[in-house]
Amino acid sequence: MSSLAAPELNRLAPADPGQRSRLDKVDRRANGALKWLALGGGALVFLVLLAIVYQILSGASGAFDKFGFAFIVHKDWVPASAQFGAWTFIYGTLVTGVGSVLLSTILGVSIGLFLSLMAPRRVAAIIGPLVEMLAAIPSVIIGLIGIYLICPFIKTDIEPWVHSAFGWIPIFGAPEPVGNSIFAAILVLTIMVVPIIAALTRDLFLTVPGELRDGAEALGATRWEMIRGVVIPTTQSGIVAASILGFGRAVGEAIAVAQVVGGVPADPIDLFKGGYTGASLIANTFISPVSNLNTSALFYIAAILLVIGITSNLTAQRISRSFGRAR
Amino acid sequence: MSALGNTPGMVPNPMHSLTPSGNLRRRQLTSRLFVTLTVAAAGLAVAVLLILVYYAAKNGASQLSLSFLTAQLPAPGGIVPGGGMGPALVGTAEVILIATIIALPVGVLTAIYLSEFAGRRIGRVLTTALEQMAGVPTILVGVFIFGLVVAHFGQSAIAAGLALAIVEVPLIARASIESLRRVPGTLREAADALGVARWRTILGVILPTAANGIVTATILAVARAAGETAPVLLTCLPVGQGYQLDPRQPVATVPVEILQLLLSGQTSTVDKAWGAAFLLMGLILLVNIGARVWLRRSERKRGV
Repeated sequence: MSSLAAPELNRLAPADPGQRSRLDKVDRRANGALKWLALGGGALVFLVLLAIVYQILSGASGAFDKFGFAFIVHKDWVPASAQFGAWTFIYGTLVTGVGSVLLSTILGVSIGLFLSLMAPRRVAAIIGPLVEMLAAIPSVIIGLIGIYLICPFIKTDIEPWVHSAFGWIPIFGAPEPVGNSIFAAILVLTIMVVPIIAALTRDLFLTVPGELRDGAEALGATRWEMIRGVVIPTTQSGIVAASILGFGRAVGEAIAVAQVVGGVPADPIDLFKGGYTGASLIANTFISPVSNLNTSALFYIAAILLVIGITSNLTAQRISRSFGRAR
Repeated sequence: MSALGNTPGMVPNPMHSLTPSGNLRRRQLTSRLFVTLTVAAAGLAVAVLLILVYYAAKNGASQLSLSFLTAQLPAPGGIVPGGGMGPALVGTAEVILIATIIALPVGVLTAIYLSEFAGRRIGRVLTTALEQMAGVPTILVGVFIFGLVVAHFGQSAIAAGLALAIVEVPLIARASIESLRRVPGTLREAADALGVARWRTILGVILPTAANGIVTATILAVARAAGETAPVLLTCLPVGQGYQLDPRQPVATVPVEILQLLLSGQTSTVDKAWGAAFLLMGLILLVNIGARVWLRRSERKRGV
């Protein structure tokens, strides 16, 4: 730092006025150059984003011309006979996304509360990074453990128990012999989304002014009443935003879901049956399409996922921004 | 309150028990129940992490050996026993090197623009763009690069590198913005007061001060990219089992190799997949822990 600042000092009063103006010119040019270079980096980000949208939409145009919006609600997906409908994949995507976000919000917000308001600072300094570590584990490894640990566990333990206890509820339907199912995908996604929601809500809860919390406790509120009456109401829009971000992440996860979801193009009410999601379909079949129309249909599904992803992102952003302004 | 018999101006009634009863007791029990539930949730998350690490170690640790790190990839279908991760490790390094060479300058320049130059409006648009980029599902990044590059030039390490660069840029940019903003304003003012040109201030004062944060962000982004499967799966599927260094050719990478080994479904290849998974997970977790510890220590040293 000082090595640069010191010569600068000398340049403040150069002996020769001509030298002074020459330096000024160099500096002015360099200022401009750096500014434009930096702007170039930003512009590139913007261009790539536009290119992603353009590329996916143009790839989807063939299938869109052929099927129109009926593609979304059409059920059959038989590439060999050129029948393409996305409904079963959209259904799987939405059910796994919503299911995992419900579970992750409950768990993630609880962890966020624990880390920000309950745990002694030392404990939080250990547990917090451990929870973040969970987000660093590659999805292919979570999927691998999903296949060999979670699916068998669902098959031998969770499923029979849930079936005998709640079998009369349609979503828990008839006993299934395989563990690979929509429910397995929900569990795997939950492992991936919980750390995101936990980290976001922890930071959120730390922004609740201490006076409000102390005030509630001074008035005799218990810890839980303080949380329910002060912390949750002041942060609820942020919690919603975190959940929506988690949903966007769950919708886009391809590999881990592809490994456990079953890979059956179906829209079962029963969560313990196999299903499919848009992202995992792309991961499984994009490399080996049977026709150009097949590729285009996959691009169409990619476009639907992109729309869901961007919408949920923008919504989350908008909510958290208006939340920031309100405070 | 009244249970305590402690109304102001009154002597506490010694006949009243000091332990909460009735309504207060119920409220405190509810509270304790919920506190316990949050502890349980945090415990569950840590337990899941430990189970993941333990299970990967149990199944994969026995695979690790020098030959596993250097040998050619296992034969498809597990017909021939043996094989290791050598080409996949080299390929992963190659692909993330390409990605980082692209993503580091773009990410840091974007961050410099946002923190030093951008007006409010452009800043907001660009921040939104960055967040959207971070939110694009990685499989769609693969689809994008497939349409842009692979459809014309075939699969290659460069294509995978481009895809992973798109994954890395928002990670590097966001963390860099944060560490640039944490540079004390006094440094900027001091440089201005000395008449230092803006570009010299940025390159000579602000960037070096923020360097620790930027380096940490880059390392974490590299760790993230090393574990990404989806974008690489669509852009870079290896041919053969040997070493491939030419970036214009598809190379093997560890995550894709794990997936391929699983698909063949033989016990021997699945064992290899566990070995690779343990290796990858261990490397990524170690890098994560190391980067965090290093950042915290360097920040404490500077008193930021």
